[in-house]
Parts: sequence; structure tokens; C-alpha cells
Amino acid sequence: MSVIKLTNRIKVMERKPMTFMERLYFPAILKGMSITISHFFTKKATIQYPEQKRPMSDVFRGLHILKRDDKGAERCTACGLCALACPAEAITMTAAERTPENKHLYREEKYAAVYEINMLRCIFCGLCEEACPKEAIFLQNDKMAPASYEREDFIFGKDRLVEPFLNSKS
Amino acid sequence: MSDQIKITIDGESIEVPKGTTILQAARMIGKNYPPAMCYYTPLKNTGGKCRVCLVKVAQASEANPRPMPKLVASCLTQAEHGMVVENESSPEVLEARNGVVEFLLINHPLDCPVCDQAGECDLQNLSFEHGRSETRYEEGRREFDKIDIGPFIQLHMTRCILCYRCVYLADQLTEKRVHGVINRGDVSEISTYIQNAIENDFSGNIIDVCPVGALTDKTYRFKQRVWFSKPFDAHRDCPKCTGKSVLWMKGQDIIRITSRKDKFGEVIDFICNECRFDHKEPHHWVIEGPRDMGEESVISANKYELPVVSPAVNVDAKFVSE
Repeated sequence: MSVIKLTNRIKVMERKPMTFMERLYFPAILKGMSITISHFFTKKATIQYPEQKRPMSDVFRGLHILKRDDKGAERCTACGLCALACPAEAITMTAAERTPENKHLYREEKYAAVYEINMLRCIFCGLCEEACPKEAIFLQNDKMAPASYEREDFIFGKDRLVEPFLNSKS
Repeated sequence: MSDQIKITIDGESIEVPKGTTILQAARMIGKNYPPAMCYYTPLKNTGGKCRVCLVKVAQASEANPRPMPKLVASCLTQAEHGMVVENESSPEVLEARNGVVEFLLINHPLDCPVCDQAGECDLQNLSFEHGRSETRYEEGRREFDKIDIGPFIQLHMTRCILCYRCVYLADQLTEKRVHGVINRGDVSEISTYIQNAIENDFSGNIIDVCPVGALTDKTYRFKQRVWFSKPFDAHRDCPKCTGKSVLWMKGQDIIRITSRKDKFGEVIDFICNECRFDHKEPHHWVIEGPRDMGEESVISANKYELPVVSPAVNVDAKFVSE
């Protein structure tokens, strides 16, 4: 039976009977164990993740935050430029007019009544941060979007995006 | 002398009827026409106020080949036979235009993130092309007491550039004008007599003619950014006006109704207040199809391409069956 040769690089394997030393198996086991044991004493490639964390880059783009200004008022005015810039169309918002009694809560006369980011859609490109004219949205370099079992949990509303009051004082 | 005269603008020649202004001739050529913030073709006597349409006349006419000594406002200057005009080819014109835009912006609050006009604002487009990225003006900007001019129209006097378009519109389109410009110079402002509400049938059109966000639709206030709503051409039988409008829809809700504008941003048919404010149900309208806003408009972002089939879909039947 003729073999169709596609290339000239065919390597013919020879099958020889094992020698006496090979048939003992013991030296081969020792050799393997020595390699395994030598790795016990080298530097480990892994860390114990939730307890230990690797240092992150300063320019890492993680979970979004909606900042407050130095008086604690929300900077976001729902201008929609982040949603327009978003290539994944992950951001939606509804604007509302600020009432006089809420003047300390929102910086401009218009504010975002609803602001949602779908973290399943988000590709963490940071274009929203670049588009924002009010320096309101930032991607934190020390937090990642947490894992979850439910899809609904990945739609982050203002309750999880807006910076807490206490942090803004520091 | 014949009625047709020949004018050359930026190296392109065109024959126009006598009495045509330089701006109209440039618009007939159709490219690189000067911008206009106050001039408005459907309204008489507009023009000559904003100065952004300044052009250089290199040759006044065939009989008088000398250049005009100063830059002229193209919206008011009539074309002469053999006139040679330099618009964007002249660095002098561009420098003057940059200066005019800077002057228009010294008192403008630049609150585009809050303003409902953002995205379809002439001043925004103009400052994008000609504006500086920072202001050299150190004094405070103008401030005004807020005036309520009725349930439908929101006045933001701080954004006004005093183009007088709304005043001319009220004079020429409505029976009785109740608003106008009061005071003079730096403190002049659009206002009504003792908070008169503007309630004429066609008063809503002052929203459309306003080149900036000074007059906006109160029923649309902060509802949606314009580029997230979808414009549709639609019409309805209206005893007062032609009924040809643009519906701005979000999902199946009409969030705003405006009149149709041509490519120069000028209203084609003025619509009445009833069409504009009272008919926000889709089954009141016959939808003709999506409106093409032009590729350069931000409103076209994230929209499907034309063309669309079936130009006359009766939404009435479609929405009731669901």
C-alpha cells in the first residue's frame, strides 16, 4: 500500500525492546520525583487570592465610581456623553430636574435620577471617563466588578456606583 | 443689463438673480457657505446682528474692481456682477470669525451638559469649528432673574446671543407679539411684559428658530438628550398649519415634536402649538419614516442607515393591533 507523502519530513519511528535498566522503572521514578521535589523549594507562581492581592497598575481600569465634589454633591449632570461614547452601549440614564431642597445633593440643576451600567456589557475601555465633561465618572484602579450568580446583579445602579459620603471628605 | 449676475465665491462661479445676497449665492453653490446665527431666510429683516457670516470682498464688481475696505456681512450685502468673494480661503475671514465666536461666547454659560439644545445647537457647532478651548474673559458672565414665560417655553436668558430671530418670528407669524428685547447693550434681554405668558398659536416656533438653547421646549425639558431620541417625519391633518412635523421618539413614546428644518437649519413649514404640544400620542400622527439628519450630525450616531421602505406606515393601525 503506497503512502501519499505530503512532505519529505516524515520521521519513521523505531520500536526497540526496553533495556534492563529501563525495565527496572525505579531510576525513572527517582528522576521524576527529584524534579517534583526540587519545585517545592522554588518561588511559587500563585498567591492565595482573596487573602493576598497582587499590586495593581496605577492605570488599571476597574469598577466605575460616580464622584462627588468637595461639598459632597454629585458631579454627574446626566449629559449623556458617557453613554454616547460607550462602544458597548452599557450605560443608560434618566435625567431629572433638581428641586430647591435637593440643592446640596446635586451640583447642577439637572441630575441623573437613574444611572445604570451593565457590567456584563462593559468592556472597561475607559471612554466614559474620557468623555465626561464634569469629571464625574472614573474607573477605579483598585476594584474590579465582583462576580455573581445572577445576571441582574451585574446591572449597577446609582446605589452601587455613587461614591459614599464619607470618602468624599478625606 | 440682464437680471442674472455672475459672482465668484472661493473660486467657484455661479449665476444668480439680481438682488441675491452673498450668503444666498454661497448657499446655492452649496459648499463652504458662511455660517449664520441671526439671518433666517423665512423671516424678513433678519441678519446683520451676529457677524459670523463676515466675508472678504476682493473685487466689488466688474465696474469697480477695487476690494471693499472692510469685511462685510454676507447675509445683508447684495451680490454685484463680477463680484469676487473670499470666504474660507481667506485667513483674514477665518481670524475674524474666530474673534466673533469668542465674543459670542464671552457671556455664554457653556452649560452644554445641562442644555437641551446640545447636539442641535448652532453655537455649539460654530464653537467646535472656530472656538478657542479656553476663555480669555476674566469678568463674570451676565446673570438674569429667571422669568417664566408660560407653560410650554423655557427661557434661559444667560444662553441668549440676541439674534432677534424670535422677535421677528413673533412679529411676522403671530397676531400679537407679547415678548421682545428690553433694555440696551450689555444688559438687554428677551422678556415679556410683566411675565405675560406667550400663548399665540404659533409661538412654539420661537423654540425652533432659536439658534442656541435660550428658548427650549418645557415639555421636553431634561427628558432625553437629542441624540438618544429618534427623529421621524410625520404629518397630521391640522386646520391651523400644514401639520408636517418631526416626531422625536424614545421607544414608542413621542417625547418632542418640532418643525422640519432644511440643511441650513431653517424651518420649512412653521407648525402650530397644538401640533407641537398637544398631540404626543403616536396614533395622532401618520409617520412617514425616519428623518435623515445628515451624517455629520451627532443625532445620526447609533442610528440605522437609510433608506427605509414603506414611506406611509399608518401607526394608528400598527399600534392598536398590538
